[in-house]
Amino acid sequence: MDWGFFAGTAIAGLLAGLMYALVAIGFVLIYKTSGVLNFAQGAMVLFAALTFVSLHEAGLAFWLAFLITLAAMIVLGILVEAFILRPLVNQPPITLFMATLGLSYVVEGTAQLMWGTQVHALDLGIKDTPLPIPDILVSRFDLFCASVASTLVVVLTLLFRYTRLGLAFRAAAEDQYAALNTGLRLPVIWAAVWAVAGFVALVTGLLWGARTGVQFSLSLVVLKSFPVLVLGGFDSIPGAIVGGLLIGLTETLAEVYIGPYVGGGIDEWIAYAVALVFLLIRPTGLFGQRSVERA
Amino acid sequence: MSHAPLLAAEDVEIAYDEAIFAVRRVSLLVHPGEVVALLGANGAGKSSLLRAVSNILHAQRGRVTHGRILYDGTSVAGSSTSRLVRRGLAQVLEGRHCFRHLSAEDNLLTGALGRGSSRLETRRDLEHVYALFPVIAEKRRVAAGLLSGGQQQMIAIGRALMARPRLLLLDEPSMGLAPIVVAEIFGRLARLNRDEGLAILIAEQNAAVALRHAHRGVVLENGIVAAAGTAEVLRSKDDIRAAYLGLGRANIQPVST
Repeated sequence: MDWGFFAGTAIAGLLAGLMYALVAIGFVLIYKTSGVLNFAQGAMVLFAALTFVSLHEAGLAFWLAFLITLAAMIVLGILVEAFILRPLVNQPPITLFMATLGLSYVVEGTAQLMWGTQVHALDLGIKDTPLPIPDILVSRFDLFCASVASTLVVVLTLLFRYTRLGLAFRAAAEDQYAALNTGLRLPVIWAAVWAVAGFVALVTGLLWGARTGVQFSLSLVVLKSFPVLVLGGFDSIPGAIVGGLLIGLTETLAEVYIGPYVGGGIDEWIAYAVALVFLLIRPTGLFGQRSVERA
Repeated sequence: MSHAPLLAAEDVEIAYDEAIFAVRRVSLLVHPGEVVALLGANGAGKSSLLRAVSNILHAQRGRVTHGRILYDGTSVAGSSTSRLVRRGLAQVLEGRHCFRHLSAEDNLLTGALGRGSSRLETRRDLEHVYALFPVIAEKRRVAAGLLSGGQQQMIAIGRALMARPRLLLLDEPSMGLAPIVVAEIFGRLARLNRDEGLAILIAEQNAAVALRHAHRGVVLENGIVAAAGTAEVLRSKDDIRAAYLGLGRANIQPVST
């Protein structure tokens, strides 16, 4: 066995996994704090990437385009709270899920109406070339994505653990009724968490967009994040990371080492097969919250 | 008392899902510095009334369909719960509703967050709550869900006190707790009332313990006021003791079997 090749493949898988983890984190944020499984996260990724790339192509500097897009995502968060979450407060989860399903079409449609449907190339200025390590192929771009993703995770963890907003997020995640009664302003918390999820969508959109081109299929990355969530647990950010890494690793290794025997194409479905097995043996995922209760 | 009432419920009627009436035409006053017990059996309308006062009824799909509730002279209907908390109206919910995965201290801090306290105020209020419930200070790093029922009740009360209330509402604080823990908690509440003049409205099924510490009592039955008066009068009236308070007639010995 060629260990250099194996290591290169494994690293590529892990790095790809971090990209899945990014999408999953957007889900976890919203699910954790408001109990809504936000199907529109993928549409938000598309919307953010398309907005950014169109502004950038129109001649705006990178940071200006980034900030304007971020502002747009925050406005989107506020609108979602005011027009979807607030009228549907206390409705069953399936109602809210259906609402986000509808929202995903509205957001996708709006993005394409505003910016058109053609594919945009996105260049973040990082070359997709291998690092000069003998025998092991590691792309600079993948490494860049990994460091951005890691930074994002650290920032989010600090936000949740050590800030007042983070405490409000955790309290609202735990018991909305008690949070309301305690005087926490749920509308503000929800708008804030959607804005944070919008920021995550923007980062995800830029990295994925640079890899695959900014196009409609970006919104389908959500489908890849479902197995990640099943593995890691729907309400755990570390779970999303570990789940993402495992899925990325499994996909790449399976494609390279098992693929040839079954004619390839394994990476299309292996993640879902793994998720299915996980659902049977550990439905809360690796890091999903079990109830904290005295026996 | 000659002061203007801190809380005035006037002719309040409450319905859930526009159809089921939980409270019909109930009136109630709480004056500054007063402890009032709201008594009655399960389903008498006590919780509904407290929810209406804190304006959280809508979260349970309920609505005030008649009458009005004034806190400190203004109607609560126009204020959000968070605004009411900021104005000094805090409630300890039925069933405690601690944030189970959050530490005891983080639970208390959410109370400060609800009021919008500064860091200095927050630190002072934390010390105040810890002085009142030393056992919570010992367990401050432990997840609330892992603590005993009594300790969770103390956290829930402490969380409400972090809002620096002028009127504290408590919904069934004795629920599921051992008598000795109930006595301890009511003792602390009585001390808060005595030392700091905190006005308290307690909804309780356990009439005996509630009337021991209250100045006045209001008995609800099927959504209407069945009796009201000072705690001594309610304690001594035989028909009320027998019918609503489950205390038995004072002058009749229970039949032994």
